[in-house]
Amino acid sequence: MSKPTAHTNRAADTPSRPPIGRASLQRDIIIAGVAVAALILLRVIWPSPAITDFTIRVAAYAIFATSLNLLVGYAGMVSFGHGMFFGFGAYCFGLVMQRLALPIPIAILITITATAALALVVGAICIRLKDIYFSFITLAFQMLIYSLIVAWVPLTGGDQGLQGGIPRPSFLGINLATPLHLYIFAIVMLALSLLVMRHIAESSFGYTLRMIRDNMERASFLGINVYLVRLIAFMVAGVFASLGGVVMALFVSGAYPEFSNWTMSGEGIFMIMMGGISTFIGPTAGAIILSLLNDVVTRRTEHHGLALGIVILVFALGLKKGVTDFAADWWRASGDSKGGKQAAEARP
Amino acid sequence: MLQVNGLSKSFGGVAAISDVTLAFPTGSLTAIIGPNGAGKSTFFNLISGGLIPDTGEVLLDGKNLVGRNRAEIIAAGVGRAFQIAKIFPSLTVEETLLGAIGAHQGHSANLWHRFPLPQTRDNVGRVADMLGLTDKMQVLSANLSHGDHKLLDIALALVLEPRVLLLDEPTAGMGPDERWRMIDRVYQLWETEKTTLVFIEHDMDIVFKIAPSIRVLCYGRVLAEGTPDEIRNSPQVIDAYLGTDHGAHAT
Repeated sequence: MSKPTAHTNRAADTPSRPPIGRASLQRDIIIAGVAVAALILLRVIWPSPAITDFTIRVAAYAIFATSLNLLVGYAGMVSFGHGMFFGFGAYCFGLVMQRLALPIPIAILITITATAALALVVGAICIRLKDIYFSFITLAFQMLIYSLIVAWVPLTGGDQGLQGGIPRPSFLGINLATPLHLYIFAIVMLALSLLVMRHIAESSFGYTLRMIRDNMERASFLGINVYLVRLIAFMVAGVFASLGGVVMALFVSGAYPEFSNWTMSGEGIFMIMMGGISTFIGPTAGAIILSLLNDVVTRRTEHHGLALGIVILVFALGLKKGVTDFAADWWRASGDSKGGKQAAEARP
Repeated sequence: MLQVNGLSKSFGGVAAISDVTLAFPTGSLTAIIGPNGAGKSTFFNLISGGLIPDTGEVLLDGKNLVGRNRAEIIAAGVGRAFQIAKIFPSLTVEETLLGAIGAHQGHSANLWHRFPLPQTRDNVGRVADMLGLTDKMQVLSANLSHGDHKLLDIALALVLEPRVLLLDEPTAGMGPDERWRMIDRVYQLWETEKTTLVFIEHDMDIVFKIAPSIRVLCYGRVLAEGTPDEIRNSPQVIDAYLGTDHGAHAT
């Protein structure tokens, strides 16, 4: 996988885009609120444990994949080691809960801070490199974290994972030991994380990322501190990946070295490839698709690796875009033929 | 005033620029000419922070720019456009300009506010109008024509409000008509903005027509400087670069 080029391909088909500044924060908050309400309603109407578990898992993966896409899709930084923050988040949260017995929100804050510090150190080294060199050094750091987790048995439990369960004391009347509360908590975490990441992607900083992705050299000749911006992006992405890890740790009531293995980073890449890197919601769609595939295929056959590999090859070599990229293209094309005139008039 | 003193730069023992001393008075329009490999683009790179000089100083209104980083040099007022226009394919013209202004105003790491910030909008219309990009604001940069690419590249430099604007072959890769349209715009720009403008150009007809003052570089050294008439009649310049054609032309 090289630097993402989907945006340039797309550019050739569509000569113009609607004016900027339409995606307001209010609109995003309304969409997020409606989605949360709909998912809670779904649980009330259809209280199936399978769907509850599936949704919680997808929430963790979607936060993780979207954070990875901040790097890959927006900043053009293809990290192969993003799983290290997912795993670190899960372990950090789990250990704080087990050893310090703090309230869950405090433990989450500690996890965020610790991950930010880790991402600062790792990022300061990694972002000096570009393109494939960046990808490989992130992979190297991830394997370092993974090896630490496996080797530091007294702290982490080694390859058995964090044993003994993670205590989930009630806070503010929320008891995450009950499936319903955990379900709502996971959805709200997902919605909040997506909202904040969306806001960052649409901020001035987000557009700076796009400029750096498109042309780092020119961006630096605009006086942009490319190093600083890339470092902040790396830290933000790392912090949100750790929140995905927190949701996962709460769900499985533990943490496992696999969270921080290269396969986790690979799954993140698969999710954003399947879902699409040119839309914000693409990675979430990818998280749903990959989780569905995982569940369905593992139930039917032992050779699930083969089946998944074929699906991924179809996306990577055949379609070359994710599903939401196609949806966005279709939406834009229908808008150009029907609503092009209104869009032009609505322009301020 | 932009003053360059004793500027030198070598690449692996080959001197690309050696001991160049030149002055560009505030508000002047200057063409830099010279054969291929004369060091013209290197000269621009040394001034704008693209390359670090081996020796020498670059003074903008008395302040030395050598040793400062790229962002500081840009903030000091050196703007530049590139021989091969360098822009952002996935952004529209408007987004590109707003992004550049945002960077200029120090918002490039602002995570809290949505793009574009209201205060970045002020200058966009004026600059787009000046360069004839107003109709193309919603076009993706990737879909711009070659000429518009170059204009957008210049617009990018311009929104940073440079005191010195360096244009590296603004007419490169253009047909004859397009060249004149481009250079007319550049000339208008100089007249309205009153910046110090330095441009590299290969088309001698254009240079002699619009540049009040010319510097000739050859093998990294200053070969001659003066008005179009002086350059046209300079024996060294005719020998090294122009050939006898243009000399005959003038008489």
